[in-house]
Amino acid sequence: MYYNRYIMERFQYPTNAGGMHGANAIGEVVKDNCTDLTRLYLKINDKNVIENAKFKTFGCCASIVSADVTCDLVKGKTIEEALSISNQDVINIIGELPDKKAYCSVMAEETIQSAIDDFYKRKEKEAKKALKETNID
Amino acid sequence: MDRKIYLDNASTTYVSQEVLNEMMPCFNVLYGNAGSIHSFGRTAMSIVDKARDRIREGINAQKSTEIYFTSGGTEADNLAILGVAHAYAEKGKHIITSQIEHHAVLNACKQLEKEGYEVTYLPVDKSGLVSLPDLLHSIRKDTILISIMSVNNEVGTIQNIKSIAKIAHDYGIFFHTDAVQAIGQVKIDVQDMEIDLLSLSAHKIHGPKGVGALYVKSGIKFEPITYGGNQERNMRSGTENVPGIAGLGKAVELATKNYIITNRKLKIIRDYFLEKLAEKVEYYQINGHPYQKSNAIVNISFYGIEGEALLMLLDLSGICVSTGSACTSKSLLPSHVLEAMHLPKDIAQGSIRFSFGTNISKADVDYVVEELAKAVAKLRAISPIQAGRI
Repeated sequence: MYYNRYIMERFQYPTNAGGMHGANAIGEVVKDNCTDLTRLYLKINDKNVIENAKFKTFGCCASIVSADVTCDLVKGKTIEEALSISNQDVINIIGELPDKKAYCSVMAEETIQSAIDDFYKRKEKEAKKALKETNID
Repeated sequence: MDRKIYLDNASTTYVSQEVLNEMMPCFNVLYGNAGSIHSFGRTAMSIVDKARDRIREGINAQKSTEIYFTSGGTEADNLAILGVAHAYAEKGKHIITSQIEHHAVLNACKQLEKEGYEVTYLPVDKSGLVSLPDLLHSIRKDTILISIMSVNNEVGTIQNIKSIAKIAHDYGIFFHTDAVQAIGQVKIDVQDMEIDLLSLSAHKIHGPKGVGALYVKSGIKFEPITYGGNQERNMRSGTENVPGIAGLGKAVELATKNYIITNRKLKIIRDYFLEKLAEKVEYYQINGHPYQKSNAIVNISFYGIEGEALLMLLDLSGICVSTGSACTSKSLLPSHVLEAMHLPKDIAQGSIRFSFGTNISKADVDYVVEELAKAVAKLRAISPIQAGRI
């Protein structure tokens, strides 16, 4: 079979699919060679722990399942722990991907990076805004 | 889910009972080698000759000896392009083809480029048609061959074959057409359409896999690409695939004889499908020519969805289709046909090809559209691209 059973089942019933209200970190990765697009929504609390994760994907089964599993992997982790997640961790859960589909799991890894970049950017913006306000006062 | 609906007839078709009946005795009763001169061999040869006659009649060739059996459409295309190019190398080394040809033609041309030939790949418009002015502009003094497919296998667009052939002959150029998808879909008359070389294949028209034929108008030279026991008048060596050839002959006979009825049925199925689809699904586009196209093929891009995911969901409901999405191709590149038609990448990614057979009922179409609507809704719910905004 093209995809293994785990991927086929998870693809039909992804548990973390959809957008998120109040997400404070949104990462997005586009793969140019086939225009796959994955968006990862994270909610990170004051203690830098990822409370919740959701995803949206325009892509094949492998991309959808990789993103779904990534959400599971990052939940409950601190930012540092989340950054250490690699595509191998995703493959360890979902099993082997068909030929040339490994990039789908790499994409998942990249979305975490992108989301956390976004988180820090937002923090920086907030800090600047706060600074500006204090200066005015 | 036990229900299976096969909507991938442009990939391959089931072997019809009539064709099977024609083939079966060739396996274990009339199993002679067509090259032997004893009675078994002569019987086998008469089966091969009968198939040759049927194909001659089907495409209205002048003589049966203008038909050469091959291992399929790919070999027929290769034999036509490489064969003519090699035979007329002294006259010129320029070949014209289109960007939307099957890879059997494109890669044969790539091979010729390696050998020092020059190839012009004509662009197509949004509907997949080769423009005749473009063709005229690309003709050179050293052009020896024009190869344009009759019906495109991905979007079903029918080319203006007769006009292209006329242009070719005005300039003393040979004209080849890949009619693998066209037999049984459109009327093919090689004399009326002035076709010099034509490739066809059995498995697209309810015949067996692994057998095809090349028509070469008598008087045109071409060089073989296989060497061996000098079968097919030295042009295609290798023991004749007698069961396959018998099946091909019958399949071509049935397809060409019944093409009007088949087309009428297919048109009814296609129109019903599109009508139902418009009721149940939003935000999609139909790729290909609006009317100059095969009734069997409908290529649709669903916005905001990637084709492979949709294909897999449909497959889980027992519906078999194919997609032009890059995710399913070995090269991870989107379909070269949709690319040549200037479809934006994300729209090409969401393309699904439905290719109908006459065995599809209205109830089947209802089921397909229902499942399709469900699958599209499911994938759009998790897509970051909003379909309505495309």
